Parts: sequence; structure tokens; C-alpha cells
Amino acid sequence: MASLRADAPQSPWRSLANAVTDALGAALLALGLAVPILALRTEQNISNELILQPRWGYVAIAVAGTFAARLGYLLLRSPKRQPRRVKSAVPNSWREIAARSLAVVGLGLLALYPLIALALTGKAGAIKWIDNFGIQIMIYIMLGWGLNIVVGLAGLLDLGYVAFYAVGAYSSALLAQNFGLSFWICLPLAGILAAFWGILLGFPVLRLRGDYLAIVTLAFGEIIRLILINWVPVTGGYAGISGIPRPTLLGLPFNASEEGFAAFFHLEFSPVHRAIFLFYVILALALLTNWVTLRLRRLPIGRAWEALREDEIACRSLGINTTTTKLTAFAIGAGFGGFAGAFFAARQGFISPESFTFMESAIVLAIVVLGGMGSQIGVAIAAVAMIGGTEILRELDWLRRIFGPDFEPTQYRMLLFGLAMVLVMIWKPRGLIAFRMPSIFLSERRRVRADLVQEGHG
Amino acid sequence: MRAAQAPLLTVEHLSMRFGGLLAIDDLSFSAARGEITAIIGPNGAGKTTVFNCITGFYKPSGGRLLLNLSDATPAADQIDRLTTSGARTAAIPGGELFLLERMPDYEIAARAKVARTFQNIRLFAGMTVLENLIVAQHNRLMAASGWTVLGLLGAPQYREAEASALEKAKYWLDKVGLIERADDPAGDLPYGAQRRLEIARAMCTEPTLLCLDEPAAGLNPRESHDLKRFLKSLQVEHATSLLLIEHDMSVVMEISDHIVVLEYGQKISDGPPDHVRNDPKVIAAYLGVEDEEVEEAEAEITQ
Repeated sequence: MASLRADAPQSPWRSLANAVTDALGAALLALGLAVPILALRTEQNISNELILQPRWGYVAIAVAGTFAARLGYLLLRSPKRQPRRVKSAVPNSWREIAARSLAVVGLGLLALYPLIALALTGKAGAIKWIDNFGIQIMIYIMLGWGLNIVVGLAGLLDLGYVAFYAVGAYSSALLAQNFGLSFWICLPLAGILAAFWGILLGFPVLRLRGDYLAIVTLAFGEIIRLILINWVPVTGGYAGISGIPRPTLLGLPFNASEEGFAAFFHLEFSPVHRAIFLFYVILALALLTNWVTLRLRRLPIGRAWEALREDEIACRSLGINTTTTKLTAFAIGAGFGGFAGAFFAARQGFISPESFTFMESAIVLAIVVLGGMGSQIGVAIAAVAMIGGTEILRELDWLRRIFGPDFEPTQYRMLLFGLAMVLVMIWKPRGLIAFRMPSIFLSERRRVRADLVQEGHG
Repeated sequence: MRAAQAPLLTVEHLSMRFGGLLAIDDLSFSAARGEITAIIGPNGAGKTTVFNCITGFYKPSGGRLLLNLSDATPAADQIDRLTTSGARTAAIPGGELFLLERMPDYEIAARAKVARTFQNIRLFAGMTVLENLIVAQHNRLMAASGWTVLGLLGAPQYREAEASALEKAKYWLDKVGLIERADDPAGDLPYGAQRRLEIARAMCTEPTLLCLDEPAAGLNPRESHDLKRFLKSLQVEHATSLLLIEHDMSVVMEISDHIVVLEYGQKISDGPPDHVRNDPKVIAAYLGVEDEEVEEAEAEITQ
């Protein structure tokens, strides 16, 4: 393989030797790491004494695995990357048609997903697939799209996005409990309140740039969570809020009562009806987010966001008020987070501060970065991979047959998470969809290469 | 020269202090409407600092920057009243007066109609050439889109505004010879084209005063020849007044109507090119020579 390299006039033996040396170095590093981590395990014996159990086999596996992986990578990797790829022979218009038909097929699949799940797994089995997979993933797609406005378009690194999710969830839950409002009234109110909080946070924070902005937004996320924990009379503290009214379909509740959805349509009552309904609600909300974002990108406000990400000083020299531009990005992103929060509260029927930890912000941000900052479809793919991936770990029971009955695949979630991040950063450092589509064109819409697009400095 | 007209920009006793460093010291000059005014001086003389004060990127430590967007000459007491009132602007017959030192940078661009370019080109590199020019028309488009609400709903008035913005962008692309590259990312353009695009972008804001920070830097002789013609056409065809920082003496001497020379933050000479060219202080400042070498230096500058 190495001999195929056109630009390296080295002999194949020479490059093989180099690769082996390099892989040996990696193996040595792995040995250094594996000895303290893997080699010894402490166990208690019957007389309550700690004994050391050597596990040199594991160390050997880790070292050998590293050696083989590094060697394979070096030998199989493609020849030195050209800075510019050869222009694709496929005309742009075809590519656009292909992309569009792909989007239509994707949308169709999404719309039919609950029915497919129902057909394949039956009523009892479908709930898991619609709720745990479908709804869960759609919530994160929506959050990712919301954060994409702030991080991807405006280039403001926000590590506290979960705060707006929490504001949305709690405000809708509190409005429902204290004023008896239905989900459909709480939903827009929660979005507006979250957007309001976005502006409130934005005013002091948006003078800061880059790392400082990230730290302050991170702190804001924690402040909200701590308030939710400690303001017990209002939020219920750790106990949270329960009994949040479920969404209804034009007033038809999804329960077994006489006035319920099932009874009205003369169906046999099944909890799957509600899951299907909720799936379509979150699908509609997410598509609304997407539609608004795509639309905003073609409006002056969206172009100003992207210009802000590219060069803030140039923006000001052109008469763009950067403060209000940043605030609108923050507010609109926060508003969508609030919608998602209101939906989350109504879907769970119960919320507590535990659902709004920093981990959630990190996952949503990871989705945006993995997907390719600013790319809507990239964010959707990343959300499916990350949330679907972690959910699917629960399904991998057959692994127990290999690794023994104590093996719990979900424990390896973070490890796989990190591994996926590292791999993407190696192969696709600018995310899965790493190009930018211009918002307006004269003769032909051509992609802008990712290396030209700035990431923003806050 | 139309000496009777009121100057467009009047800089009075401007000073800018960075900690212990007095970058600009009591600088006064004026830029006449419809003229090309050049600011020259050795490196570190404070030229770009003057620009940053005029365009609001720095808040001056002292002095007054009066911009007159009217045909009339304001009376001295009118100006004094504006200054003591604490306001930023005042309406006078036929236009408006602006005190630039009191305005934030984006308002200077949006309301006082002062546009600028940068010494180290600041384009939106990841956006296309066309998008750069559309972003420059942000404020007008924003108003036409009903602050986004009407635009989101697809109002026809926004579509019309966008079409006219596109026409204007096309006009300027044609003018700077970049129409073929309209859909390419700005960061992909060669250096000279990026300079031209930056000027075109500034012109899309319809400025009254265009401040150019070293527009000829890094251009080859041919490009700098074209630049002279282009700047002249901005002055003549678009009634734009130009304020120019430049090191390329062939550009400065040929197209400027008026030159201000700075050294160590102070004005050492001020006048038409012929006057400045022969000013011994200027020659000494530029070349750091003794008096007996002045003639030799003079020959070099005028060549």
C-alpha cells in the first residue's frame, strides 16, 4: 500500500520500517498507560483482606491492539492529502437535486417512522422505539438546531444552553400547575420566557468574547440549576414538579377514559397512541425550528450572524449593531430551547433539576460540533448517531454472552463517546458536514470550503 | 477647489492617549467635501489611530470630530450649542451635524455615513464575494424586512429590497472587475482582488466619507495604477469624499487634493501636494536627513 504513494519516493521497505518504529512507539505509550490502569486489580477475599490480582493479559491485549491499530493506520492511510480536492465531475444542479431528494426521502421516513415501528414490533414493543429512540432523538435534534443558531451561525460559544431548556421546562410546568393552562398555551409562553432569559443573560455576557463567554454561559447554566434545587417553595427542589398535564389532541386526552382519544375514535386504548402523538408534536416543533433557521439564514439578520462569526470588527465598520445582532441570536436560540423544554416537561409529566445538568449542555454542543457548525443536516445526523447510539447500547444484550453476565454496555457510553469524538476530530475536524452553502448567489450556488469559514471568537 | 463650501469633516484638537503614550497630540485638520484628503507620515506616526478615532473604534481622549452632512455652513454658535448640549447630532437646514467622538462605531457607519477599509484586509472570508456586498447593505435590508418579521413571512417589499440590493452589488462587482467571481468565497481571491472587494463593500454602504487605510499596500505597479483611476472615479462619479492613508507616494501625490503629514502624532505639514512635496520638514521626517541632503531627497520623492 505504502508503495502506491506517488509523492513519497521512499522504498516500500523503508516506509514499512518507519511505520513499525512508529507503531512500536505507540505500543510503548500504551504499555505505560495500561500498567497503572489495567495491570493490577484489588479484590477482597473472604477474610476481608485486600489482595492484588494481576491482569497482565489485559495489558498485553491493549499493547498489541495499539500496535496493530497504529501500524494498520499508517500503512493504509491515504497518500498525503492534497490541499484542494479535484473538482467533482458531477454538475452542481445534479448534486442539488440529489440533496433535495435525499431530504424528501428522509422526511418521509421520519413521518412514517412510528408506523414502521408499529408494524415491525407490535403495539407493546413499539413504545420503546417511538419514545426512547424517536422522541428522544427528535428532542436533541431540536436542541441541536436551536444551539446551532448561537454557536454555528453567530459563532458564540454557549456552554450553558441547558439553562434555557430548563427555563422552558419549568416555566411551562409552573404555568400549567399554578394557572391550569394547557400544554398548547404553555408551549409558546415557555418559548417566549426562555427567549427573554436569553436576552437577560445576553446583556451582561455579550461584552465578553471567546473563552470568557464560554465560562460565563457555563456558570449561568449552573446558576439556573442551583436555583431550581434551592428555591424549594416554587420549584420543589430535588423533588421536582410532577403531575404536569399531558398534551391533548384538540382537547382529547390520551387516556383510557370515556372522553379519551381511544374512546372517541372507537379504538382499543393503548399507550402507544400517546407516544405516536408526541412523536409528531416534536417532529413538527423540530421542523419548525429548521424552517425558521433556514429562512433566517437568507434574511439580513442571518447574514449578519454569519458575518459576525467571520469578523466582528468588519461588521461594525459596515454599520451593523453587533450587540443587538448577538442578542437576537441568543434570544432565538434560547426560545427554541424553551420550546424543547416545554415539550420535555409535558412528555415526562415530571421534571427535576437532575434533567438539566451540564452534561446536557455538553451533549448538545457535541452534537453541533460533530455535525459541522452551521449545518442543519449535519446536526440531525450527529444527534441520531449520538443519542441513538447511546440508546442502542441498552439493546446490546448479546454482548453479555461474550463478556459474561456482569457486562453492562451502557457503562461504556462515555468511552465510546470520547472515541467517536477523537475519530471525528481526526477525519473530519470541522464536523460531518464541513462546508457552507452561500445564502445567495448570482449564477451558481457553490460550496464554501470549511477551512475558509471562521469559527467565531464569541 | 471649492473653498466656499464648508468642510465635510473637521478635526479639532484631537488627542489620543494610550496609558503613558500620547499617540495623537492636538491634531487639527479638515477634509473638504468632494476632495481626496491623504494622511501620510512615517510608520508609527499615528495615522491609523486617527482613522480609528474618526470611525469610532477608539474613543478619543480629547478633541472634537465634527462631520457636516449638509450643504450649509453651520454657524459657530450652532456648533458650540451642539457641543455643550451633550447631544451627538443636531439637525441644521439641509442636513445634520454629527459629533463623531460621541458616537459608537456602528452608528458612525450607519448614520454619519462614514465607511472604512482596514490595513490588514477584513473581509468575511467564508462568505462569497456577493454575500460580502449584501451584508454591507444590512441596515437598509433589515428595515425592508420589517426587522425580520415581514421577511420571515415572505413579504414582497423585502423581496424587492433584496433584488435592488443584488443590483447594487452587481454594479460594484462590475466596477471592481469581480463579477465573474461573485459566487466564490472571498477568502479565495488573490490579494489585490481582496483589496478591491473591500473598497466595493465599503461603497455598498453609500458612504459620504470613505476612509481607506493603505489601499495600495501590496499591489503591483499595474494594480496601483488601476487603483488610482478607480479612486478618482469614486470621487467624481459617486460624489464620495475620500480620506486616505497611504505610503505609496505615486498614488498620494497624483490623486490627492490635500495632504496632511503626521510625525509622532503631530501635524508637521498640511496643504496641497505641491506644498507638502517641497516642505523641508516633510522631507526630513520621511528620510531623516540633514538639511544639506534635502535637495537630494526631494529629487527622490518627486521622481
